[in-house]
Amino acid sequence: VRVCIVGCGAIGSLFAAHLAQVDGVEVWAYDLARDHVDAINERGLRISGAGDLLGHPRATTVPGELPVCELGIVATKSLHTADAMAAVAPALADAAVCSVQNGVGNEELIAEAVPRVRRATTFPAGHLVEPGHVEQDTGGKTWIGPFEPKPARMDEVEWLAAALSDGGMETIAMPDARGAQWTKLVFNAATNPVGALTGLPHGWACEREDIRELVRGLVAEGRAVAGSLGIEFDSDPDELVDHATKVAHDHKASMLQDVEARRTTEVDFLNGGISRFGREQGIPTPLNDALWALVKGLERSWTRQEAA
Amino acid sequence: VAIERICIVGAGAIGSLYAGHLAQVARVSVLTRRPEHAAALGRGLRISGKSELMADVSATHDPDELGDADLVIVACKAVDLPGTAERLRGRFERAAVMTVQNGLGAEEVVRREGDWPLISAVTFMSGTRRGDDHVEYELDTATWLGPYAETRTPYELVREVEALLLAGGLRAEAMPDLRPSQWSKLIFNAAVNGVSALTDLPHVSAFADEEQDSDLGHLVRALIDEGKAVAAAAGIELHDDPWEMNVRAVARGETLKGDYAHVPSMLEDVRSRRPTEVDWISGALAREGERLGVPAPLNTAVWRLVMGKERSWKRTPQAVPA
Repeated sequence: VRVCIVGCGAIGSLFAAHLAQVDGVEVWAYDLARDHVDAINERGLRISGAGDLLGHPRATTVPGELPVCELGIVATKSLHTADAMAAVAPALADAAVCSVQNGVGNEELIAEAVPRVRRATTFPAGHLVEPGHVEQDTGGKTWIGPFEPKPARMDEVEWLAAALSDGGMETIAMPDARGAQWTKLVFNAATNPVGALTGLPHGWACEREDIRELVRGLVAEGRAVAGSLGIEFDSDPDELVDHATKVAHDHKASMLQDVEARRTTEVDFLNGGISRFGREQGIPTPLNDALWALVKGLERSWTRQEAA
Repeated sequence: VAIERICIVGAGAIGSLYAGHLAQVARVSVLTRRPEHAAALGRGLRISGKSELMADVSATHDPDELGDADLVIVACKAVDLPGTAERLRGRFERAAVMTVQNGLGAEEVVRREGDWPLISAVTFMSGTRRGDDHVEYELDTATWLGPYAETRTPYELVREVEALLLAGGLRAEAMPDLRPSQWSKLIFNAAVNGVSALTDLPHVSAFADEEQDSDLGHLVRALIDEGKAVAAAAGIELHDDPWEMNVRAVARGETLKGDYAHVPSMLEDVRSRRPTEVDWISGALAREGERLGVPAPLNTAVWRLVMGKERSWKRTPQAVPA
């Protein structure tokens, strides 16, 4: 079975290296970072930290070099999903493709390019140490299920979950994986923009009662939208917030890291996603709307020239 | 009583603009915090930009050295007001005191220090300090002033101050009840200053954009609508519609090329990592809403986020990626 990893950054590399451990699976990685791709082809893909292994996927920066694959895993930043899928669509023309990205809205973009789509939520995280080497910062499970409007078959979902688990990433196949996805979505949408706008690491923000109250309000809106969609959280986002204040006190949310590096953030897929689903469901989401607009405004400030 | 001696308390951009212009028509003394600032002002104060003038003022950092005055204008930032007002206690027996701070609550703070007749004012003029003795006058917009109801300040006195400001070359408009104007500016500032402080955007046309779902105009309008609901519950009929003020300001403030736009004071404070006036503006609006049973969740969110931002400057810069 051939699997294509679309976007081989930190998360994509974790999936590529683990899947490459499994007999009978041929892994291809598509990424635009030439030094990382070259290093993978020359020395293999090394994972250290919470995982420790060396995998040998094939890597390329050229979509035309990809063979026809039966499965795809999309791990780009959300704002690159559409471009990346347009590039790899020929190789994945008959594939079942799975998003392991943050937020909501990626599956819709993927479904425009390929026939069968899965949603997934993944908790392992890592960062690139050097080309060809990713440090895995946290372990944790991955949940996969069909994307209802254009669903992958359940046997395809189960096969991928088994292969990932065999390779060392514990993965659970579910007929309805929206609960896990929305738990993470609501958690991220309530905490990431607060960090991005204040500059505060998670615990520094959430141990202030006034900010905690704002975060609680954001969670409550996400909870109402999820409820209207018939989605049940698999754990309570507010409990995750308090847990993270203890275990990840000094962690800077990825959106704050993006803001500090002046990279476009994933806010369209987080607060923007909750806002969009809320509008469709007739559920008001004023706080998520507000933080979405503020982060978009902040992004806009980086491209604005001011006269001295 | 003719106003002949005026004391300006606080010589930031706004205080200096009052001092420089009023010195053309009255004797002006200035109370500063730093002695070297007073020394520089004592050698002459220069205003450039919308006005070009040199002013003779007397200046000191020591309140004991201030002579008497007929009018005191307290022009420090709201965050410095409690400490500054304390320095006025027991002085200026015959004076009226005018407050020009942003937000709500300045009059109550000053009133704790003495029973002067108070004049409430809000100002839309702006300037930039070029040095201790030089301020650039940028926006020559008006100061609105009115009697503070609790101290029974005679309206004739307010008219006299208006006449002085006009004679000195500033724009001014006296009104029998300032609250409709004060609240218009409060609601406008809560929306515009807060959004600007959080996005790092000056007051650009994006503040009135309502095309895309994520455009800032929706948020600015929603913040203003909350403020209007609180004002209505307080029984105040606004003098100007704050949304119209926003639309007019971006049309006037941004040049066609978009290379200049007004930087609200709260954004200046954030860029210099100074404490902001958010507690007096968004915070005041949120507290009034709470008191009147009209919740203002978005103004509350802006208040909390800006307070969080101020907090981030105080933490030691060590980030540990989890």
